[in-house]
Amino acid sequence: MIRIEHIKKSFGDVDVLKGISHTFEAGKTNLIIGKSGAGKTVMLKILVGLFPPTSGRIFYDDTDFIGLEKKQLRDLRMRVGMLFQGSALFDSMTVEENVRFPLDMFTNHTKQEKDKGVDYCLDRVGLNNANKKYPSEISGGMQKRVGIARSIVLNPTYLFCDEPNSGLDPRTALVIDELIKDITVENNITTVINTHDMNSVMEIGDNIALLHLGELAWAGNKDEVLESDNDILQDFIFASPFLKRLRNKAMGI
Amino acid sequence: MKSNIFFSFGKYIGLLGQAFSKPEKFSMYWKETLRQMDGIGVGSVVIVALIAIFMGAVAALQFAYQLDGQLIPMYYIGYIVRDLAIIESAPTITCLVLAGKVGSNIAAEIGGMRQKEHIDAMEIMGINTASYLILPKTIAGLFVIPFLVTLAAAIAILGGYLATVPTGTISDVDYIRGVRAYFVEYNVLMMYVKAYTFSFILVTVSCFQGYYVQGGSIELGKASTNAVVYSNILILLADYLIAVILTV
Repeated sequence: MIRIEHIKKSFGDVDVLKGISHTFEAGKTNLIIGKSGAGKTVMLKILVGLFPPTSGRIFYDDTDFIGLEKKQLRDLRMRVGMLFQGSALFDSMTVEENVRFPLDMFTNHTKQEKDKGVDYCLDRVGLNNANKKYPSEISGGMQKRVGIARSIVLNPTYLFCDEPNSGLDPRTALVIDELIKDITVENNITTVINTHDMNSVMEIGDNIALLHLGELAWAGNKDEVLESDNDILQDFIFASPFLKRLRNKAMGI
Repeated sequence: MKSNIFFSFGKYIGLLGQAFSKPEKFSMYWKETLRQMDGIGVGSVVIVALIAIFMGAVAALQFAYQLDGQLIPMYYIGYIVRDLAIIESAPTITCLVLAGKVGSNIAAEIGGMRQKEHIDAMEIMGINTASYLILPKTIAGLFVIPFLVTLAAAIAILGGYLATVPTGTISDVDYIRGVRAYFVEYNVLMMYVKAYTFSFILVTVSCFQGYYVQGGSIELGKASTNAVVYSNILILLADYLIAVILTV
């Protein structure tokens, strides 16, 4: 579980986040949604420690994340996995070497143990036939899956995904969503996903936080989305006339 | 402008402070150091050899031209080419060329990693990215660039031989006599002081330029160019200071 309290972030005179409090639950896919410029990416970067907040507190379970000592921060980060929007796979390494990298860097496992770990993760994401390929030789969807495999190879307690579906076709996006959801439930991971993909919201939105102009405009789950009368949420989710018609039909309006 | 220079210098020193810290895992750093040695060293042998051979050849021919008809003995050509190569041209010209080839490559590689979120990915894993990206490159540079400089000095002397002896400008006995005459070991020390100093400058300045890249491809191009320009300026400045310190 990750709890944030009154998180504020300003860049110069611009207040990007204006005091957000929320809880991201363990074993659930927690979504941060919102329009472009709403502060989603800044929020995610603050959560993983790439940006310091201007004020506010972040708790990873009972650990106060802000102001951790270097050693404690490093230990905590070994329990964090992250899938980047562009996958962030290392170009000079093969798929297998990319997934193995955290094991090589942080564990003293034997080669056999590492091989087993890498094989398990690649098998889990359905990519056991691309071990020797380089990132440039595989598709965007496959790169995302390698990114997921790399992010779970150290058995993380917390998983962060930045726009996991960007640049993917709807079918592949669903596969990635289901994969993240399954891994989250299987390992009781606290997963935080930054997205503006409506399919993700309606398929895997266990706990959704809608950011609007740097504030938390709405929080709930996918079942509550349809019934909510929050104008910002309705305007965001059902942005197109087509989706509005579908919603009205589903609601019998 | 002045405060900007001090700010950048402070940032550079700060980055070096982060870079020269205890590695997370020695074996991974060693592996990366070997990879960098291959990239910097093996990948630069041909260009360094090519430049060195012409450097020696041109120096020999021009001294032969200047000594022609003078009372100075012709074997001085070998002596002058040797000392010129060892004291100045091998360390300085080689490192200026490497600043262009290796420096721009380092800045583009690290800058590209910054833009493609590779550095963020490593940070989140808990890796000291300044150390992992800069320390192996610096060690590799300090190990292989002085070797390339030594190679350049030897090839420059060979270049002088090839340009003058087969053409009949000077006999091989005279050229070799000149190369062996008045040898001062201190000059070799000076060459290595320059080689190590310039290596450190060109690798760390290029890493610094790449590490703090922001924006897109235009900024990456600028960082790559800045790496070459600033490395070259600092190498020439260091060359002057070393000359003052070691020869006065």
